[in-house]
Amino acid sequence: MKNLLILGAGTSGTMMANHLRSKLKKDEWNISIVDQYKTHYYQPGFLFLPFDIYTEDQVKKDGKKFIPNGVNYIQKKIEQIFPDENKVKLEDETLSYDLLIIATGCKIAPQETEGMKGKNWHKNVFDFYTYEGSLALRNKLREFKGGKMIVHFTEMPIKCPVAPLEFVFLADDYFTKKGIRDKVDLTYVTPLGGAFTKPKATAALGHLLSEKNIKVVTDFAIEKVDNETNQIVDYGGQIVDFDLLVTVPTNMGDDLIKRSGMGDDLNFVPTDHHTLQSLGHKNVFVIGDATNVPASKAGSVAHFASETLTDNILLYLDGKPLKQEFDGHANCFIETGKNKALLIDFNYTQEPVEGTFPIPGIGPLKLLKESIFNHWGKLAFRWIYWNMLLKGIPIPLVSRNMSKKGKKIE
Amino acid sequence: MEAVLAGNKVNLTEDGYLVDFSQWTKEIGTELAKEEGIEMTDRHWEVIKWIQEQVKADNALSVRGIKKSGVLDIKEFYALFPGGPLKISTKIAGVPKPKSCI
Ligand SMILES: Cc1cc2nc3c(=O)[nH]c(=O)nc-3n(C[C@H](O)[C@H](O)[C@H](O)COP(=O)(O)OP(=O)(O)OC[C@H]3O[C@@H](n4cnc5c(N)ncnc54)[C@H](O)[C@@H]3O)c2cc1C
Repeated sequence: MKNLLILGAGTSGTMMANHLRSKLKKDEWNISIVDQYKTHYYQPGFLFLPFDIYTEDQVKKDGKKFIPNGVNYIQKKIEQIFPDENKVKLEDETLSYDLLIIATGCKIAPQETEGMKGKNWHKNVFDFYTYEGSLALRNKLREFKGGKMIVHFTEMPIKCPVAPLEFVFLADDYFTKKGIRDKVDLTYVTPLGGAFTKPKATAALGHLLSEKNIKVVTDFAIEKVDNETNQIVDYGGQIVDFDLLVTVPTNMGDDLIKRSGMGDDLNFVPTDHHTLQSLGHKNVFVIGDATNVPASKAGSVAHFASETLTDNILLYLDGKPLKQEFDGHANCFIETGKNKALLIDFNYTQEPVEGTFPIPGIGPLKLLKESIFNHWGKLAFRWIYWNMLLKGIPIPLVSRNMSKKGKKIE
Repeated sequence: MEAVLAGNKVNLTEDGYLVDFSQWTKEIGTELAKEEGIEMTDRHWEVIKWIQEQVKADNALSVRGIKKSGVLDIKEFYALFPGGPLKISTKIAGVPKPKSCI
């Protein structure tokens, strides 16, 4: 018997287990998947939890439920990969593999910024990228009466790069509905040159922030959070005051990658952009947020990648050349508040543009334009996630590679 | 859009970044720096070279990354490229502007 080992049972690992169990012969291949936690979180829901749009129960389920029969689920911490020996050390045993898939994702690293995880952490300095942070922020917002609120992200890459922008739009809506919008001073602080950084999106959406009376501070390279004065300070000397700071800290791959000597500076694993094979070892493949490929770190991207990766693993096992197929395809809904959302569909080389999706010329979804229909799409994504995405079921009409049809490309 | 820099025809993005790094030369870098009001020194070039290497190696660029680079500290980075050092240095280096997905 040969062993296929999947590290991480989040979005990507779970999808790969489902794809591969039905493709690999049960009398030839053992498949095992390892994760430290029992609970599988629906991370996109962390955006909605703080605003009481979703409840706790809607964003978490027992992870094992999504692992197919015939796959061995091991709930343990992974200590280290020994890629030259084809071995992985868990907290109390060592496993051997013939083929390894790394799907350990990435997570926030507030300790990378001075003062961020200080005495005010989860008191008036919050993240919403973890279940704990998102829930603590919900409780804070329920009692928040007004003041200066900053929504900030530290540096790229972060997962779901539009989430901070969505958060500030939803905050505007939330305070408006509560009747206290005039008491909240909302500021969006970004390390980049603008809230939007791509020409088409800037032209189409630049007005949204001023329309909603949200201030924008750009080129802000955070040096520290000052817990005495309640300020964020940047290396260039810019200072912004806050009563409530909602921040997305630096995102990094798991320490396991560092311990294994397999990552870059941020613990992301160097990976071929088009085949998803690791650059270091031929029998190691990488998918999702754990890779260093220049695609968005998003569940939709992992979904498209999983289809290419499944084919490539089968090709690899047959000794055939891999497909240079993955194009960085991403398909993301962006909440803009007031029950509206945008949809963007793009890849490594094509920036988001206007158009219709998924049926060219018809839609019903509109690209790069606000609509109520898109908002329903975003809410439907939760059902699709639990019932289709994780199970590896293809989404009707949406192909793994980005289609140019229906897009306004000059 | 097309432009002529240091006597070479190059393609620039709407905000003045080179579209294709293979068109980059030191002379073009010098021209781009001039537009930003920067007179290049050996020290500037060392930093530019480091940035180009990072981009080639697929490493994400950030001001925090500069701190860990061992090449220079952040104070010097701001002194060399005042304003938005990352935004400006990437432009001179002929590599893409640090950006998000929209
Ligand atoms: C606030 C927010 C909003 C988002 N919104 C969207 C959205 O609208 N659309 C979208 O497509 N995507 C969205 N995303 C991104 C999406 O959730 C991620 O891209 C996706 O979950 C990545 O899947 P993954 O399998 O690579 O990583 P994960 O799902 O994070 O899984 C990694 C798994 O590895 C395990 N692991 C790591 N290290 C170890 C170890 N040492 N030992 C044992 N187990 C380990 C972890 O426990 C985890 O279960 C959002 C994310 C956030 C945070």
